[in-house]
Amino acid sequence: MPTVNMSVNGKPASGEVEARTLLVQFLRETLRLTGTHVGCDTSQCGACVVHVNGSSVKSCTMLAVQADGAEVVTIEGLADGDSLNPMQEAFRNNHGLQCGFCTPGMVMSAMDLVNRNPGATEAEIREWLEGNICRCTGYHNIVKSIQEAAGNMGD
Amino acid sequence: MPDGAQETGIGASVRRFEDQRLLTGNGTYVDDINRPGQTYAHILRSPHAHARIVSIDTSAALASPGVVAVFTGEDMQVGGLPCGWQIHSQDGSPMHEPPHPVLAQGKVRHVGDQVAVVIAESVHEARAGAELIGVDYDVLPAVMDLKAAAAGGTLLHEEIGTNVCYDWGLGDEAAVDAALAASAHVTEIDITNNRLIPNAIEPRAAIAEYNGSTREYTLYTTTQNPHVIRLLMGAFVLSLPEHKLRVIAPDVGGGFGSKIFLYAEETIITWASARIGRPIKWTAERSESFMTDAHGRDHVTHARLGLDADGRFTALKVETHANMGAYLSTFATSVPTYLYATLLAGVYTTPIIFANTRAVFTSTVVVDAYRGAGRPEATYLLERIVNKAARETGRDPVQLRRQNMIQPDAFPYATPVALTYDSGNYQATLDSAERLADVAGFAARKAASEAAGRKRGLGYSTYIEACGIAPSAVAGQLGARAGLFESAEVRVHPTGSVTVFTGTHSHGQGHETTFAQLVSDQLGIPIESVEISHGDTGNVQFGMGTYGSRSLAVGGEAIVRATNKVIEKARKIAAHILEASAEDIEFADGSFTVAGTDRSMAFGEVALAAYVPHNFPHDTLEPGLDESAFFDPANFTFPGGTHICEVEVDPETGVVEVKNFTAVDDVGRVINPMIVAGQVHGGVAQGIGQALLEGCVFDSEGQLLTGSYMDYTMPRADNLPSFTVATETTLCAHNTLGVKGVGEVGAIGSPPAVINAVVNALSDLGVTDVSMPATSQTVWRAIQDARA
Repeated sequence: MPTVNMSVNGKPASGEVEARTLLVQFLRETLRLTGTHVGCDTSQCGACVVHVNGSSVKSCTMLAVQADGAEVVTIEGLADGDSLNPMQEAFRNNHGLQCGFCTPGMVMSAMDLVNRNPGATEAEIREWLEGNICRCTGYHNIVKSIQEAAGNMGD
Repeated sequence: MPDGAQETGIGASVRRFEDQRLLTGNGTYVDDINRPGQTYAHILRSPHAHARIVSIDTSAALASPGVVAVFTGEDMQVGGLPCGWQIHSQDGSPMHEPPHPVLAQGKVRHVGDQVAVVIAESVHEARAGAELIGVDYDVLPAVMDLKAAAAGGTLLHEEIGTNVCYDWGLGDEAAVDAALAASAHVTEIDITNNRLIPNAIEPRAAIAEYNGSTREYTLYTTTQNPHVIRLLMGAFVLSLPEHKLRVIAPDVGGGFGSKIFLYAEETIITWASARIGRPIKWTAERSESFMTDAHGRDHVTHARLGLDADGRFTALKVETHANMGAYLSTFATSVPTYLYATLLAGVYTTPIIFANTRAVFTSTVVVDAYRGAGRPEATYLLERIVNKAARETGRDPVQLRRQNMIQPDAFPYATPVALTYDSGNYQATLDSAERLADVAGFAARKAASEAAGRKRGLGYSTYIEACGIAPSAVAGQLGARAGLFESAEVRVHPTGSVTVFTGTHSHGQGHETTFAQLVSDQLGIPIESVEISHGDTGNVQFGMGTYGSRSLAVGGEAIVRATNKVIEKARKIAAHILEASAEDIEFADGSFTVAGTDRSMAFGEVALAAYVPHNFPHDTLEPGLDESAFFDPANFTFPGGTHICEVEVDPETGVVEVKNFTAVDDVGRVINPMIVAGQVHGGVAQGIGQALLEGCVFDSEGQLLTGSYMDYTMPRADNLPSFTVATETTLCAHNTLGVKGVGEVGAIGSPPAVINAVVNALSDLGVTDVSMPATSQTVWRAIQDARA
């Protein structure tokens, strides 16, 4: 079985994987980083979004071997101890999550949006989130959270 | 009151305690858990909608690498999955209850029905093993059309001799027929409430573990009600004593009803865990969720509403065919009867109503409670037929509603369909919603749309629902086989902090925050000193769980009552130590004080004294401070409100855009406004989803065509606007908090507002009806048909 080496949340991580092992399986099952979730089997729901080399990626659409040598950041890599990062804090402050299952993917996806387009309008935020499904919030407070975080991250 | 307590009390938008773990990836959902020696289960499912199983050959699967065991229905001879609510037909006969096998017994009745389970060292090996099972099917005709199935033809359950589960009625049919015949106008409508697939984003999952030395089972499962699962599985299916079956529902990723029910998979692996002596994990793939999670709605209804010459409603007759799917799911039978027909008065004074529901078995996934459960179907029917009646009689639909509304001074109000509304002010929510939706400015917005080639419409829904499920005595009379009370234990620790054990379960609703607000407020202690514990039958005394917008109105009230008992006990302890009589001890702001003196003890001091009882008179005062309460409500609660939807339709393409959505709801006293608004947002999104996007489709052979997120349209962020939500409060009259419940209002009130808006937008093109989901194709066809 091939061995993969990558940086996950700033720390070296390696493991033996099958060629068919998805990045999300490597994160959840090998590294036991279970904050990244699996909500579907067709790459629609976005619960598994992580950052690979700075860009948001659905980790169910990527093989672990494809991430060999990459810098991967997951939801576990954002907070500094108990101190949430601005996007996490904005979700908390604006009730941008309910059951929390889609939340890791939402937060990772939203961070990539704000990095790319700090002044995103509501319509641009909604369009960007097309690949992340939430069943609880109706997106209202997720959009609000991202708008607040964009303001704070731009400061 | 301690510093800061003001901002955490009742009415404060306290930020959620749940969020820290959920935002940092530290939540614990079932699939995140792994047990030592764990194996993995894969379920072999029927590819046919209806077939006899001639033979099953598992030998190749058993020889497959990594496979630990294979079981079929022949191996697993246990009780069937039970139905919790018995309905009687109009002729007095009890409903038909054909067996609901955990693993197929000789026949399969829908695509996805469980045929065998393969348990292996890995998921891949379990799946590979399942592919080697040979099943010889004798394929039978699928039973798909509701009315045709009710009439006869191919029988899904031959032993009952019919596809009709029950033929139920409520009200005096002859009197309603006579009143309709005497009415100045009768509006008729044929309406379909589209079948929905719940789609909590966390797929169902379970891990079962058996300890051979203690003979205890532990089941981690994605449920909204762990004690109900323990009771149903233990007592009715597997015959396990409840003290040897522990059910844990940790963080659960949304439910919306679909995680209420006892399912086959969790039952299979619990049973099998003892057979193989190792833990077994099962996690649904999304495609399995689509074809095995209980679906929602699926009604076909014909209704007639009578009006007198002045526009007053005279009578309503409603005939509904309700799809049960292939078997009876846990609460399926109650949904199109007592959660539906009893709401057909709505907010109106219609004097007599008759409802008939025929529940029908078909070769489809089971149908059961989904957010709103029966009440959205009632609301959709009423709010569509009222609009149609207004159009047919040349009346303004809002005025017609106002004219027929129950007046604010008419409460308690007994409806002709078995309920008594305790409180409400429907006019207030309507006034407020019209203001917030800027109805006055609609004409100008419509003109602007018209100038841009678009059609703009405004749609209303003035609705009521019954929740706070449920008064056990009433539910029992109506056929419930369980009580629907809730329990709470308030355990005060020696240092004055508190753990509250609730039988409700939070899977997004924020109970850890809202319930802590209640107890902190009541005891006058910091909110950080209150911990809410739920979801583990090993910790929590008992519970009926979370559904029917019951957690606060029933579970919260139980917490309040248990906390009151704590205060009374603490008062006695304080009296003993302060050498006063209990009647002279006043409790306020977290301190017990001898009336008229400065002698007092803080709550924490009393708590410590309770556990250090060095001089207690033990014959009259027990040590400890730990109280519980079981609360059974006297009545349902009745949230209501007004939803106004404004849409713009492109007449060339049929694309509907929701421009504004305003919801003004009366949910009783609001404990946490932030959480209440969030519940409404989510419910409205599901309602807009039902109205415009979502629809479950089977082909004529019973294959599920909408079996993935590529085929079943979930509402995405770019399908929805930001919402305008507000509350207008009247208090519930029969719980001390005055709360009514908010979990379902959004999904109940919103669909007819959306469809009424679409019809309104297209009315000058001659469109009078659009069905759900009003996809661009459906709308485009309606426009073409009207032009033809």
